Amino acid sequence: MVVYHHDRYSRQIRLAQVGEAGQKKLRSAGVVVVGCGALGSVLSDLLVRAGVGRLRIIDRDFVELSNLQRQVLFDEVDVQQRLPKSEAAVRKLNHINTEVQLDAVVDDLNRGNVHALLHGYDLIADGTDNFETRFLLNEASHQLNTPWVYAACVGTTGVVMPIIPHHSACLRCILDQPPPPDINPTCETAGVLGSVVHLAAAVQFTEILKMLLGHHAEITPGLISIDGWRNRVVRVVVEGPCRCFESQNYPYLKGQSGQQAIVMCGRNAVQIIPSSTRLIPLEEMADKLLATGAMLPIRNEFLIQMHINEYTLTLFSTGRAIIQGTADLATARRLYAQYIGN
Amino acid sequence: MKIMLNGEERTLNGEWSLTRLMEELQLPPQRVAVEVNRQLVTRACFGQTLLHEGDQVEIVTLVGGG
Repeated sequence: MVVYHHDRYSRQIRLAQVGEAGQKKLRSAGVVVVGCGALGSVLSDLLVRAGVGRLRIIDRDFVELSNLQRQVLFDEVDVQQRLPKSEAAVRKLNHINTEVQLDAVVDDLNRGNVHALLHGYDLIADGTDNFETRFLLNEASHQLNTPWVYAACVGTTGVVMPIIPHHSACLRCILDQPPPPDINPTCETAGVLGSVVHLAAAVQFTEILKMLLGHHAEITPGLISIDGWRNRVVRVVVEGPCRCFESQNYPYLKGQSGQQAIVMCGRNAVQIIPSSTRLIPLEEMADKLLATGAMLPIRNEFLIQMHINEYTLTLFSTGRAIIQGTADLATARRLYAQYIGN
Repeated sequence: MKIMLNGEERTLNGEWSLTRLMEELQLPPQRVAVEVNRQLVTRACFGQTLLHEGDQVEIVTLVGGG
């Protein structure tokens, strides 16, 4: 049976904001979703059902049981097979809409590959779980002149900010640098409400749609914050355009700022040095990690050591960490982002 | 004095800077965006920004998970 394009999108086309012309615009658009966890999977599902032409999904992680509470594209079979998230997502999405050209990238987005992976797309959608990658995306978006939509959620809070280079404010306009790890809760340490993921992804999707359809005047300026428990929305309007990159200074793209991850020679271990130079209160961090159910065989005034599956993460008070059990930078960065933050 | 904080009225006594307000609310200044009367205030200015009667203050905490 032939499923006609027109039938599939008829309810969307009926919207005054979309129409036949709008649907054609969506079909000719390419979006890249960076990070396919909770937000990335809800957003990708919406984008594929809406009929964007091309969707690239980049993720460095594989599916685990603790993801299923909120990461809607994955199931128990994916967990058993330990499928990479981007691959599992694309397989699922391909059953939903074969008209969309889907591309799974199993990799860590970093300054070395950011240009190659984002080039040629109309919009960058944030599904990442850390500020390090977002600061890189913020610069790449400006350099490539490609809009991006920041979105994040932790606990019962979700935030969204549409960013259009040379027109709006950017992430750095509101946050001069990534917050230090000890004041930056992650979904692993603070938990996350399943519904707040959908609230944030829904707002992100609508802003993306406005951008792709060319409704620029209707894009919400500034930062939108959603308290998913109290049902409250707060907005901070930030006047654009931003002046952060006037002298083409891209510290994250150039590697002058940002987290450094290096393989430790002959040790099957990776060392991570965070961009923040602030000292981490280890006692507090240890309590947070214990609350996640982590085993901390060693904790003293100098370091905390924890076991995560086959890996051992040792965190020093300067924020430096050694992750043993892998020589893979992406795995080490993933564990650091999940448990320590950023 | 009375201010509007994220759409709700709040009474403060004495002199209040944004830094003091952050402390009172137990919010980490490194990951908030603050707007006073629809003007963004950068973190470097929290200490010298004093609140006045009727000020409209919006505070958003940025999060990093996804």
